[in-house]
Amino acid sequence: MVNIKELQASIGETPILKGLNLEIKPGEVHAIMGPNGSGKSTLASVLAGREDYDVTGGSVDFDGHDLMEMDATERARSGLFLAFQYPVEIPGVSNINFMRAAVNGKREHEGLEPIKGKDFLKLVKEKASLVELDGRLRNRSVNEGFSGGEKKRNEIFQMAMLEPRFAVLDETDSGLDIDALRIVANGVNAMRSPDRSFLVITHYQRLLDYIVPDFVHVLVNGKIVLSGDKDLALKLEEKGYDWIKEDVIA
Amino acid sequence: MAYDGNDKVLEEVTGKSYEFGFTTDIESDKAPAGLNEDIIRLISSKKEEPEWMLQWRLEAFAVWKKMEEPDWPHLQYEKPDYQAISYYSAPKQKKQLNSLDEVDPEMRKTMDKLGISMEEQKRLSGVAVDFVMDSVSVATSFKEKLGELGIIFCSMSEAVKEHPELVRKYLGSVIPTKDNFFSALNAAVFTDGSFCYIPKGVRCPMELSTYFRINESGTGQFERTLVVADEASYVSYLEGCTAPQRDENQLHAAVVELVALDEAEIKYSTVQNWYPGDAEGKGGVFNFVTKRGICHRRSKISWTQVETGSAVTWKYPSCILKGDHSVGEFYSVAVTNNMQQADTGTKMIHLGKNTHSTIISKGISAGKSHNSYRGLVQVMPSADNARNFSQCDSLLMTDTSGAHTFPYIEVKNPTAKVEHEATTSKIGEDQIFYCLQRGIDEEQAISLIVNGYAKEVLNQLPMEFAVEAQKLLSISLEGSVG
Repeated sequence: MVNIKELQASIGETPILKGLNLEIKPGEVHAIMGPNGSGKSTLASVLAGREDYDVTGGSVDFDGHDLMEMDATERARSGLFLAFQYPVEIPGVSNINFMRAAVNGKREHEGLEPIKGKDFLKLVKEKASLVELDGRLRNRSVNEGFSGGEKKRNEIFQMAMLEPRFAVLDETDSGLDIDALRIVANGVNAMRSPDRSFLVITHYQRLLDYIVPDFVHVLVNGKIVLSGDKDLALKLEEKGYDWIKEDVIA
Repeated sequence: MAYDGNDKVLEEVTGKSYEFGFTTDIESDKAPAGLNEDIIRLISSKKEEPEWMLQWRLEAFAVWKKMEEPDWPHLQYEKPDYQAISYYSAPKQKKQLNSLDEVDPEMRKTMDKLGISMEEQKRLSGVAVDFVMDSVSVATSFKEKLGELGIIFCSMSEAVKEHPELVRKYLGSVIPTKDNFFSALNAAVFTDGSFCYIPKGVRCPMELSTYFRINESGTGQFERTLVVADEASYVSYLEGCTAPQRDENQLHAAVVELVALDEAEIKYSTVQNWYPGDAEGKGGVFNFVTKRGICHRRSKISWTQVETGSAVTWKYPSCILKGDHSVGEFYSVAVTNNMQQADTGTKMIHLGKNTHSTIISKGISAGKSHNSYRGLVQVMPSADNARNFSQCDSLLMTDTSGAHTFPYIEVKNPTAKVEHEATTSKIGEDQIFYCLQRGIDEEQAISLIVNGYAKEVLNQLPMEFAVEAQKLLSISLEGSVG
């Protein structure tokens, strides 16, 4: 589904990703862990098409298409979703209207008519229940005045609405208490399916107790230096990243 | 000079008309450039005005001659040569086009985007239609209905002739001719406009719009509007339209006066979309407008404006809260793009006790434009317990545009409560990227963000107007993020 080869990216003159390789097959959940500044969030941004980064080398194949040739909107409409680490507030734009524009954007891409009001509301109700997002939050301005946990739940709600083929969760666990973490993880787990893949970026192993990955990768200094199964996450939790760094340098 | 009456004046003027090179040919029925007493007499006689109207104009002209064009606004433009303008031309038919194909394609594209129907597009661009147009019959039945309620809604020229007692009583009562340079000029040379009177206790059942006056003459360069709401009446008045308006006249100096008698309410909404000039700012309309309303006891005046057009805008719709418990409101969205400049805001003058005013101003600057809010909240010694809340927000779309705020607050009564909030922000790249990542394209993303920002103001507009205004905001800002 997603095949990243020798990906290199920089901000200005500073290289961040230095030849990253990763293949994600349909239905798989991959976790990326790594110390601060290793390039985890950069990877998420580059995949989503943020223009602040220059892609200086390598390639990303997404369902047979060259992802780097697509703009951010096209990527989203083709089924790539990014759950933001810091969801953005858009004052005056209701969550519902925002999602309707998003859903209709995707439908337009698929050659479908805009969704009917009744069908849309039904869909909203169904998906909101996944993450226990109540009516109040649905009708408020996008993320405005939401607590940290509410923002993250809103991200998962949006993901459920858009039913992406490939979802990148960028530190979705940051700032969540244990209850919110459980709600968010349940939402994600409910969406796991044989033809949907996830890339879960996290700093802590805690999230992976709830969203159990098929593979765990360690990103250090812009490269994946170690891959394993879910037990690798436990080892990292126990031993930290220093032993890997030493290995890499050695 | 002394005058014996109308006849004498008419005689004099008609007798003189040859020296201005007048012919009877309708197309060329245009006064020579320049402004002097003779021209004013000519305008007045062409409009068959009574003597008092002419005298009023001449007094205004005498005042205007002694005045200087204001230079305090935060605007830079080449001052018009007032002697190079022709102040009268007979209302002439717009050149009739045979089909929409003859209309400027840019203009059509914009009208399509605004969702203006084919019929309406034809009407706006002067295309001949071969059947009785719906809107004309609508306008007729509309007039009948208003007539039954005793509502007067007609052109200013007609009002001067048909309702002189009302016009004489209220014209210039809110904005005296000497108020400012442009209002004095307007008083001297205005050629038409609208007049509206709502009788006591009548609630006008529909939005009054200049749209319904289509079979009368079009808007002039110097328009004069007077709305009088008698005791306990209500009216909602719409001015302008969202369709782009081009005009051969560069200078526009309109005057709008509102009178809300005891317990009356006037809601006045404007969408202004005059030609802003090209990307270098050439050829746009200069829009110098004086708008003011007076509120008597327990009355309310609410101004809502969406300003997207004109090269230069100078406009401060204001309220004089004279009566106790009266309410003034001002809701504004002003968009400037490319080289446009706007200096706009309001004045709330609190005279009566327990008077309240609200100001919500949203400026949006794009391109290399400059957008200024200028407002005055004045609480006079008599205004016990006056309240004002002002919120002035500025949104910058580019690094090259400017937003400026000039709030003036003068409080002369210790019981007053005045609040002012102001913010300036740049449209967030983060916000745009968030939208893009959800599959919303950039154009729509900007539209969502900007309309969200302006929502408090757009919510004040009548429904169908609000929808068009939203689209207009998006169109005005197309491709403007940088």
